[in-house]
Amino acid sequence: MSLAEKYPEEVKAIFVKYPVKRSAVMPLLYLAQREGGFITKEGMAEIATMLDLDVTEVASIVGFYTLYHDEKAGKYRMQVCNDLPCALRGADKFLDALCKNIGIKVGETTADGLVTVEAVMCLAACDKAPMFQLQAGDKVTYYENMTVDRSMELIEALKIGGKELK
Amino acid sequence: MSHILLRHRDIPEIKNIDVFRKNGGFESLKKAVSSMQPQQVVDEVKASGLRGRGGAGFPTGVKWSFLPNNIWPHYVVCNADESEPGTFKDREIMENNPFQFLEGVAIACFAVGANEGYVYLRGEFQQVQLFLDQCILEMEKAGMLGDNLFGTNYSLRLKTHLGAGAYICGEETALLESIEGKRGQPRVRPPFPAVVGLYGKPTVINNVETLTNLPAIIEKGAGWYKGFGTEKSAGVKIFSLSGNVNKPGNYELPLGTTFRELIFTHGGGIPDGRKVRAIMPAGASSSIIRVDDSCFDKVMDTKLDYESVQSVGSLLGSASVIIIDDSHSMDWVINKTVHFFKHESCGKCTPCRDGNYWMLHIVERIHNGHGTDSDLQLLKNVANQVNGKCLCALGDFSTMAITSALERFPEDFTVGTLPAQDTEKVKA
Repeated sequence: MSLAEKYPEEVKAIFVKYPVKRSAVMPLLYLAQREGGFITKEGMAEIATMLDLDVTEVASIVGFYTLYHDEKAGKYRMQVCNDLPCALRGADKFLDALCKNIGIKVGETTADGLVTVEAVMCLAACDKAPMFQLQAGDKVTYYENMTVDRSMELIEALKIGGKELK
Repeated sequence: MSHILLRHRDIPEIKNIDVFRKNGGFESLKKAVSSMQPQQVVDEVKASGLRGRGGAGFPTGVKWSFLPNNIWPHYVVCNADESEPGTFKDREIMENNPFQFLEGVAIACFAVGANEGYVYLRGEFQQVQLFLDQCILEMEKAGMLGDNLFGTNYSLRLKTHLGAGAYICGEETALLESIEGKRGQPRVRPPFPAVVGLYGKPTVINNVETLTNLPAIIEKGAGWYKGFGTEKSAGVKIFSLSGNVNKPGNYELPLGTTFRELIFTHGGGIPDGRKVRAIMPAGASSSIIRVDDSCFDKVMDTKLDYESVQSVGSLLGSASVIIIDDSHSMDWVINKTVHFFKHESCGKCTPCRDGNYWMLHIVERIHNGHGTDSDLQLLKNVANQVNGKCLCALGDFSTMAITSALERFPEDFTVGTLPAQDTEKVKA
């Protein structure tokens, strides 16, 4: 099903929002990523057609911005910040311990396909480290002042109900 | 002193539009739109001495006056891309005091004659965008946005635009590219955005904190605002304090507050009985200030304002003050910062793209104990080939920590004298 068929109201609202059509590309890419957590070649082609862009152009935008993905990963991307301010508050140790507990390395996905752990750049929450964001589709939620135990509880909750703790 | 920007700390429910209005909310917008000329608003802000809080410290009213009056429409774009490692003030404002911020955006729009304003948020602030969209709807319902505001012929609409993860989009021309649906890569200047900005039209780009100052300035006047801070750095500033301090967080204080007061009075000092070894006052982009027994008092008594921080060899920038204690070695610190800049270089110009790639390789080699003496000179040379040779400031920023660390902490870069294993031990 095409984006316009799947999310007719949202697509319409995106086109109304901007005076120039091309500006719709970023919100449309988020829509395309909502369900599968990554953007397929077909999704890029469809957006290119909608905006009169070359598909290569759309793909270059997907490649440029870190929150767009063109490959499948876990349903939830657990993106831990280990930049300087967070690292000064133990983010590197947190990330190591988290990976050990889950049993995967940074960049890997759990066998059940639920969680991918990634190390990312500054998320503007330096005073609340260790912290990570959970990206699922087009949604991003912050988890701050985290411990490994609380993170494991979160993963358990995601396993059971798909519900995110807050 | 009650807060001017972080007012939610005094009035916790101020994110509720009714509570905001009961506490004087939107009165400044009403005053500006219904009883002032746009030029009067510009003059008032000029007279207040307000300077851009995103890092550059450029006088806000002066920036507004660069827009030509023969090219229309004008746009106001708020930079809410907050991505500098160490900066986390704008998110607190937007999540907790959203209406004062949006009122500020609206006042800026009126001042430059814009009928449309954009708030550009970094992609990670997706939840903030949802919240702000809701706030904008509530303002429309309350008659604070829309057509014929306060019975005048002035109309205004605000929109949010969500980025998708790219530090470079905090650079104003890259940000505009991103709204236009392109890769966020800086434009060649001139022309400057004030003349050729969003969709090719004259555009003002201001930071969240800058705009949040406006309602109070319009309400109480430039003279009142100038009563805070120093002569050249007027007003209050939010200092984002992070790293090795007991109480990290945002502190709204007058410009000119000393490092000592910020770190020890507000930040509660350094944990575990350690000492401050280094300070990065403007996030990862700063030159690193060395603190040791010989200069401790001099640094601590330095005022945090745009001019004074330069006297200790760094810049105030966005006032994202990272404290590094004496358990850390600077080769580790610059390994972190160069890793960040290498990742965030947009790839448009060669010195930054290739320079950061090579600086990362050399720094990693040194950090891992495999560096040679010639690596230090090579690193300096590469940094020198990047600094001042790029389209935007990211390239310059990427070299600040490296060059200052090499120069001010030579004992941390005694490569070749220790075998790799021991170097690791020293760090642990």
